[in-house]
Amino acid sequence: MILGQSSSSRIVSHAVLVTGAIIMVFPFLWMILASLTPQSEIFDGSLLPTPTLHGAIDNYGTALSAIPLLRFMANGFVVCLAILVLQIAIAIPCGYALAKLSFPGRPILLVGVLLGLLVPVQIPTIPIYIALAKSGLLDSYAALVLPWIISVFAIFLFRQFFVTFPDEVLDAARLDGFSELSIAWRIMLPAAWPAVVSFSIFSIVAHWNDLYWPMVVITNPDMMTASLGIAYFRQAGEGAGNVGALMAGGVLVTAPLVSFFLLMQKHFIRGLVLGRH
Amino acid sequence: MAALDLHIDDIGKRFGAIDVLRGICLRVAAGEFVTLLGPSGCGKSTLLRIIAGLERADQGHVRAGGRGLDAVAPKDRDLAFVFQSYALYPHLSVHDNIAAPLVMRELSSLERLPVIGALLPGAIQRKRSIQERVRQTSGLLKLDALLERRPSALSGGQRQRVALGRAMVRKPKIFLMDEPLANLDAALRIHTRGEIARLHKEMETTTIFVTHDQAEAAALSDRVAVIFGGELRQVAAPADLYREPVDLDVARFLAQPFLNELAVAAPIGGGLMIGGSRIIIRDALGSGLAGTLAFRPEHATLAEKDHPGALPVRVTRIEHAGIDAHVFVDAEAGAQFVARISAERARSLRDGDNLGLTIDAERAWFFPSNGSRQRGDHSGTV
Repeated sequence: MILGQSSSSRIVSHAVLVTGAIIMVFPFLWMILASLTPQSEIFDGSLLPTPTLHGAIDNYGTALSAIPLLRFMANGFVVCLAILVLQIAIAIPCGYALAKLSFPGRPILLVGVLLGLLVPVQIPTIPIYIALAKSGLLDSYAALVLPWIISVFAIFLFRQFFVTFPDEVLDAARLDGFSELSIAWRIMLPAAWPAVVSFSIFSIVAHWNDLYWPMVVITNPDMMTASLGIAYFRQAGEGAGNVGALMAGGVLVTAPLVSFFLLMQKHFIRGLVLGRH
Repeated sequence: MAALDLHIDDIGKRFGAIDVLRGICLRVAAGEFVTLLGPSGCGKSTLLRIIAGLERADQGHVRAGGRGLDAVAPKDRDLAFVFQSYALYPHLSVHDNIAAPLVMRELSSLERLPVIGALLPGAIQRKRSIQERVRQTSGLLKLDALLERRPSALSGGQRQRVALGRAMVRKPKIFLMDEPLANLDAALRIHTRGEIARLHKEMETTTIFVTHDQAEAAALSDRVAVIFGGELRQVAAPADLYREPVDLDVARFLAQPFLNELAVAAPIGGGLMIGGSRIIIRDALGSGLAGTLAFRPEHATLAEKDHPGALPVRVTRIEHAGIDAHVFVDAEAGAQFVARISAERARSLRDGDNLGLTIDAERAWFFPSNGSRQRGDHSGTV
């Protein structure tokens, strides 16, 4: 606690933080409670729905039986993992080359990476869609994964991380018999571990929650990811209008991410702080 | 074990408009310990990096054991490098740091994998042999108790020993060391210096050692190569370098810690005029140029004021340094000198005493203004 800070200003700042936290948490709380409440009682006029056991069984039963929710989550898991592994496999050597190797055109490439950060995904949607359609890849994991495997954000993040790495260690590695690629994998990757963890959380959250891209390339329900599956559930078939079951689906889809974040929270924050240097 | 000789031939290197190295030629015999000595920024580290292949020379050649190294990748040059910053792998334990050069050279990429690697035929044996050698090296450097630690959990001296271990473990033919003692405190530096000398004696590996510390160079080396401004000025055994520096820069750099210098007019019949006194210096005989008279404090003595051939001086300050003392004196015409005499004698002196300074005519040097001293060449090559 900073000396001299008056207790009234502390109360004010805490009040602001608590209000913010309530605003953030309230939708989640409502979602959890609604997922446990019978359909007919959710909108009974009270601020928070009142859970009942049979409402919970009903809602979760519907969510799991009316649509293949587990299949959607498995799809989402495969897609997120494939995207993450390929992103790291590409970004680590790229970040290393941009940070530590000297070759003609390096400054221009770095500018290209920075410009890439500025382009929103919606802009290349149509050309990428056409390319996937022409190669017959629509409605496949490849369509969900391939457009994301080059992450300029990851390249830039790792590059920033690598720039401060001591050159003498790299020279030592070259004399010890490391190739440039083995330097990237065996020395730079472990050194960048905090950045890798924070990027992983960022990437997994973004792609698990992504609704836009799966909606563009997927029409076959078998290939749907979790968020697209929930959207499909809301519009189609038995799910339509069943808010309680929809919220149950939402809880099931959100739970893995939230527990993953809580598990990795410390690394995540450390990685973001280190990345600033 | 076999060591290699090293031939450095006319090496030149430019960074932008600056000549970092110019026409460096040096022959190092197999098993020899040669120090590259010079002030910071003189190019000595760049030369070492060129020998290692970490930097490309703009001209000239490096050969080891008769084999041209210019087109050979650093890892295939059969030499090891010890860095000033130690350059340990931060995420690996001491054991894995020392093992790294062996693992990278002797195991295939498949055999290096954690689980699959252990199942491949031959890999187990090779891994055992690597472990055996790591253990030998760590024993030699007294690192056994630290093998599981990360570098961040080690002291500077311990890191230094790990760096030495990583360099030694694959028994290279040539050792390159770039100021490996610079980051250690004074006591540890002297201790580690002794360790390096002992290891060199045991392994007899050709060693090139870079330092800016002349005491370190003198203590360790068979020969010292002095570099100034990218030029090799003199290569000589430490004792010869001390006795016969080729030019004023070298003499100054090897001052420990003082050097007397005085700009003088061209000698007349071998005699140099200092104020109203004329002194004879063997080194100046036959020279017709103006230049600089220089001599070490230990090559001057203090006598009575009217001693024949002595310069009249006045004591201004006395600095005691253990068994000896440095006596600072003013001479005529604003010249100032330091003489090193025994502490015993210095006790009878007081500031303001008027005395006579005699300079050892055989040991004092005359550096003519156009460059190097004229003398028999002691720098020589092997």
